[in-house]
Amino acid sequence: MIVTIASGKGGTGKTTVTVNLAACAPNAEVQVFDCDVEEPNSHLFLKPENCSKEPISTMVPEVDMEKCTLCKECEKICQFSAITTIGKKVMTFPEMCHSCRGCEMVCPDNAITASSRVLGDLIKGTNSAGIPLTWGELRVGEAMSPPLIEQVKARIDPKAISFVDGPPGTSCPAVAALRNSDFALLVAEPTPFGLNDLALTVEALKKLDVPMAFVINRDDGKSRVIDDYAAKEGIEILARLPFTREAAAVCSKGLLLVDEIPEMQRLFKDLYSRLMQKADKGGKIK
Amino acid sequence: MKELTIISGKGGTGKTSVTASFAFLAASRVVVDADVDAANLFLTLPHTTLQTESFLGGRLAEIDPGICTECGECLERCQFEAISTDFVVDPIACEGCGVCVHYCPVDAISFEQQTCGERFLSNTANGPMVHARLGIAQENSGMLVSALRQQAREIAKENNIPLIIVDGPPGIGCPVIASITNADALLIVTEPSMSGMHDMERVKRLADQMRVPAFLCINKADLNQEKADLMKAFARENNIKFAGEIPFDRDVTASMNAGKSLVEFSQGPASQAVQNVWQNVTSYVNDTMNRLA
Ligand code: SF4
Ligand code: SF4
Repeated sequence: MIVTIASGKGGTGKTTVTVNLAACAPNAEVQVFDCDVEEPNSHLFLKPENCSKEPISTMVPEVDMEKCTLCKECEKICQFSAITTIGKKVMTFPEMCHSCRGCEMVCPDNAITASSRVLGDLIKGTNSAGIPLTWGELRVGEAMSPPLIEQVKARIDPKAISFVDGPPGTSCPAVAALRNSDFALLVAEPTPFGLNDLALTVEALKKLDVPMAFVINRDDGKSRVIDDYAAKEGIEILARLPFTREAAAVCSKGLLLVDEIPEMQRLFKDLYSRLMQKADKGGKIK
Repeated sequence: MKELTIISGKGGTGKTSVTASFAFLAASRVVVDADVDAANLFLTLPHTTLQTESFLGGRLAEIDPGICTECGECLERCQFEAISTDFVVDPIACEGCGVCVHYCPVDAISFEQQTCGERFLSNTANGPMVHARLGIAQENSGMLVSALRQQAREIAKENNIPLIIVDGPPGIGCPVIASITNADALLIVTEPSMSGMHDMERVKRLADQMRVPAFLCINKADLNQEKADLMKAFARENNIKFAGEIPFDRDVTASMNAGKSLVEFSQGPASQAVQNVWQNVTSYVNDTMNRLA
């Protein structure tokens, strides 16, 4: 079962919820996958040891100018202006390439072969409590995160319980993380910004046909904006996590709330069992 | 004309609250919301929308079942597993590469450019605001960001507006790169935490690669003063100009609830601190402007 933790707005506490939920699961039964590959943070809290790292790359074309007859077929098929003829040369712009292999297929002289560009690293480790963590780290300067996110997700064992820490937003990286999830837990911040972005994510999840529930983070006990929206949409709120300076300080140090604050441990344990029940009923369990 | 982009690496550090305040403090500017898939600036800057336009992005393949002979050519060639075995294209998986279109022997696949969002031109107190709404689960956010910045530059040029302020998206990927390319200065708004530190380092490396000078502002600094001091030291060692710190203040959320920028809404400690950051950043931007003139 795959549960993705998402939010729309950044900084609402996705990572905090992911790592603390995983940490209070019985018998370390949850595996964590950090798909916020642009800014992965789960490892700062889970502190995996003996990590292994493998570079992940994607196909980009390489042109053999000895064979090239300057027919321009590659330039014509490429939708992303990643390959073009300039004078008597064929130029490639690897950072714009989407790896569709069109140019390679279309070249009548077999002058194009597959080369690669490194997108980033895939890193794996297990922490002292036995929780396995896999995450992607996008190379700084690389624009395309979805192919790396796909690679992180390709490591998910469908028989295990997996938590995916998703990236913010509602465009391609967020969609890549949310696609094919069995359930989504949306971390909602009770502010106008939080509500606006939450609603966008709810729409995206409806499109992707993924069932969902909310957890309200930094609840000040006053704002009802998320409650009203949840009631209107018929989405259940599984937990409310209060805002306290103490909690903020614990998170800022890279520590786990469930280890430091007994009340938080109780809230997360409760959230975990409610989430499992809910996902079992609403999720498409394999 | 100068362009200042505000980014954060980590989301939710208060980037948009700072941008909205800057937009209120600047005497004359164009402000751009480049966080197109979670745009929030419009919620906190009172505005009237003058223009709405749809934004055309990439293309999408669609197979006409009436023409398709199910030969399997497209299925074999698509690198994105976007075509099902019963020959339907999944619009979310389709990358818009056109390979299937090129190889379909019976021309059964259409390939239309997609509307992937809406862009707006609005009026606010101190000048125009250029913003957008990316369609749900749409691609091409980088392209949309570039288009918004281009429009802002044209408006600034036409009306002799000296400053463009860009509210960038979180992360370091495609729309962030599009927000930073050729900017004159970057303000990194971060928060004093392990995550904030980790993400700031990555953003700074990106800024270096793109050769954009960077400022640092630490929001909610008092939530972990020790970390904030470490970040200041990092800034000193890494050629980042320190623009100031902002204390945690409930007025920030209150201003959001009121639909106003923080500096307009409050004169509390956070508001004072943001005004100080603004002074520091603009005096630098003006300095380089004078030097170049
Ligand atoms: S693989 Fe596709 S995207 Fe890359 S250069 Fe070739 S045609 Fe363009
Ligand atoms: S356009 Fe490209 S990605 Fe889309 S279905 Fe055709 S081959 Fe696949």
